[in-house]
Amino acid sequence: MNILVVLVPAALLLGLAGLAAFMWALRANQFDDVEGSAHRILSDDDLRFPDRHNEHK
Amino acid sequence: MNAGGLIRDRVDFSILTRPIAEGISEMDLAIDGIDCAACMDDIEGAMARVPGVVKARLNLTLRRLTLSWRVAEVQPEMLIGVLQSKGYGAFPFDLQRSADADRQLMQFLLKCLAVAAFASMNIMLLSVSVWSSDLGDMNSETRDFFHWLSALIALPAAAYAGQPFFRSAIAALRQRSLNMDVPISLGVILALTMSVYETAHHAEHAYFDSAMMLLLFLLSGRVLDQMMRRRTRAAAANLTALRGEMAARFEPDGTFLLVPVSALRRNDIVLVRPGEAVPADGLVIAGSSQIDDSLITGETLPHAVKVDDQLYAGSINLDGVLQVRVTAGAQGSLLDHMARLIDAASEARNHYQILADRASRIYAPLVHLTALLSFTGWMMAGASVHDALIIAISVLIITCPCALALAVPAVQVVASGALFRQGIYLNSGQALERLANVDWIVFDKTGTLTRPQPGLVNKAHIAAPLLDIAARLAQSSHHPLALALVQALPAARPLDQVEEVPGAGVRGIYKGVECRLGSAAFCDWTMTNHHEIEPGASVIYVRMGDEIAPLMLHQQLRPHAAQTIAQLKEMGFKLSILSGDRMEAVAPIAQALNIADWQAGLKPEDKIKALAALQARRQHVLMVGDGLNDAPALAAANASLSPISAVKLSQAQADAVFIDASLLPVAQALRLARLARRLMQQNLILAVVYNAIAVPLAIMGEVTPLIAALAMSGSSVLVTLNALRAQTGMSEDIVKPAGTGHAFLRSAQG
Repeated sequence: MNILVVLVPAALLLGLAGLAAFMWALRANQFDDVEGSAHRILSDDDLRFPDRHNEHK
Repeated sequence: MNAGGLIRDRVDFSILTRPIAEGISEMDLAIDGIDCAACMDDIEGAMARVPGVVKARLNLTLRRLTLSWRVAEVQPEMLIGVLQSKGYGAFPFDLQRSADADRQLMQFLLKCLAVAAFASMNIMLLSVSVWSSDLGDMNSETRDFFHWLSALIALPAAAYAGQPFFRSAIAALRQRSLNMDVPISLGVILALTMSVYETAHHAEHAYFDSAMMLLLFLLSGRVLDQMMRRRTRAAAANLTALRGEMAARFEPDGTFLLVPVSALRRNDIVLVRPGEAVPADGLVIAGSSQIDDSLITGETLPHAVKVDDQLYAGSINLDGVLQVRVTAGAQGSLLDHMARLIDAASEARNHYQILADRASRIYAPLVHLTALLSFTGWMMAGASVHDALIIAISVLIITCPCALALAVPAVQVVASGALFRQGIYLNSGQALERLANVDWIVFDKTGTLTRPQPGLVNKAHIAAPLLDIAARLAQSSHHPLALALVQALPAARPLDQVEEVPGAGVRGIYKGVECRLGSAAFCDWTMTNHHEIEPGASVIYVRMGDEIAPLMLHQQLRPHAAQTIAQLKEMGFKLSILSGDRMEAVAPIAQALNIADWQAGLKPEDKIKALAALQARRQHVLMVGDGLNDAPALAAANASLSPISAVKLSQAQADAVFIDASLLPVAQALRLARLARRLMQQNLILAVVYNAIAVPLAIMGEVTPLIAALAMSGSSVLVTLNALRAQTGMSEDIVKPAGTGHAFLRSAQG
């Protein structure tokens, strides 16, 4: 049973990583336009403005 | 205001733009006319091809475009022009602070939801292992280890994700009242405390999972609710922005500049040209004119104004050019008076207790009493303090109003979503309940039962070529009657060379013949031609060569008005009309709609009195109105509706705003509200039934964490599924084709 002491916290850490990823996405405004993003992925010429680094102010 | 003005005059949007870097500005635009995802590529692509544009990103959910551009290379009004040439309505959008607060609240709720979801999933993983080892193949050390791990996850997670409930509970307790969040907070805190105590004493059961699951369910409800509300508000704000209200403001150098209405400050001097709406309240300092005050007082007959007269935002200037000094909240003015009436009137409405609060006011003390009784009961029956306490707490956990707290909000979310799709925007979730209780409907006339603009009534008596010429000439005029004519006779191209003669009309050449549209004198109308002029109609004349005809424009009922009134009568509502307009204007409308109970020439105070008289007879009154004079009545009524063409003050008082040009949404809103109330009541009954089964089990001490988890999630799912029926119940009701809202907006823009 000792293996549980390692495995359960490992599972927890993985979960925490997922939570952190969600928080990051939220902070990066990725949930602002859920509808638009769904279609944007299908668009070929979505890189119209080469200088996009200031997208998330 | 008209699009033509935008191109001709100098425009200044600086109040709505913001610098984001050296030489780069940014603004947000509300966009109209997006009907598919391809529009996104179309708009962004068009913007990208304009040199100087640095970024263009469309938010498809909120229908807003964020643009940034190099100030030296391109002007914002040019970008708007490009969008308009592609067929999209666009207008800069004032990002208000309230919208920002909305967004932050949404983000906070999402974070809470994420934490609660993470915690409950992981705790459930541990709990399921403990439950499934009841046969005894897990030793007590492992169980304790799992319980401690659960505590480690649950305590910080609950402290974070529970904030929305704790805060609201504390706020309620401070006001010495109880809301649904009080028993929720108490249940969560007690469950966690007891579980920690039990874990420390190597007990078999811990309730960490119940506490986290409770938070998870309730937070999902709140997130959905907030999402719906944010979307509704954003859509309503877009519609307001797309009206594109601009004002011609005098600059210190004597020229004038078109600025958004929100840029106007007190003591600014604005120019109001014929056909334009007065942009802000103010005093006339030069000029005289006829003013159409129908949006303010409901009076359809124009009246004259001269220097030193007070004007109100939303009045239409008919013929003269006026200079107006903007005043802010002038003392003793009509607006001031309205504000006081509204304050007094809305007092009464605040006394209305929503169903959920009424339920919780009975429910919360009952729960606490039951817990106390089961504690003393077990003590008297000889149980130890520890056991009695555990049973009392498990009663609290099991009665924690999970289903009860979801019962009402879930229905509200689904119902307001269904209304949203039909172009009815609810201001608050409570509005549904108030709408459902209505049994008497009071209509305003001008702009509510009738269209905001008059319609052509003698179309059949005019020769087709004359009609065609009238329609084409009307396109070149800014006069309100010409605008009404354009709406009545659509799809005509303007003549090429047209001259507008101020105060008289427009003239142009068509196939070598001079054509005129305007006043009787301008078209040489003599009374020799015997056309019956309808009383109450406004008349303009059209002349082509030697042929002359009068065009009679008269107030017209909204589309489907008679049908809606018939439907409402069928549903058992009593109807009346309270109008500020003259007797002669109201009578034919009342007669046409077959409404026997009507009053004319009412002041705002009289409307409130009439409503109070109905309310004194224990009638729940719905007020439907649009004018400034309706605002106090909208606030005083038990529920209220406004068309989107209403003045801002009235929209703010209304429970819901509808964008459709017809009157059908009134019947639809009421029908859905009744359906929603029925579902809410069913849900509350479901919650009570759940408690009737679960509470005796808890009092007997039979509730293990497993049973608590099953009962809670089971009842929550049941209640949510029942709420979803509001959607299916509504889909049978969709009568009109989609897209009428857009058409109306375009026509409102002129």
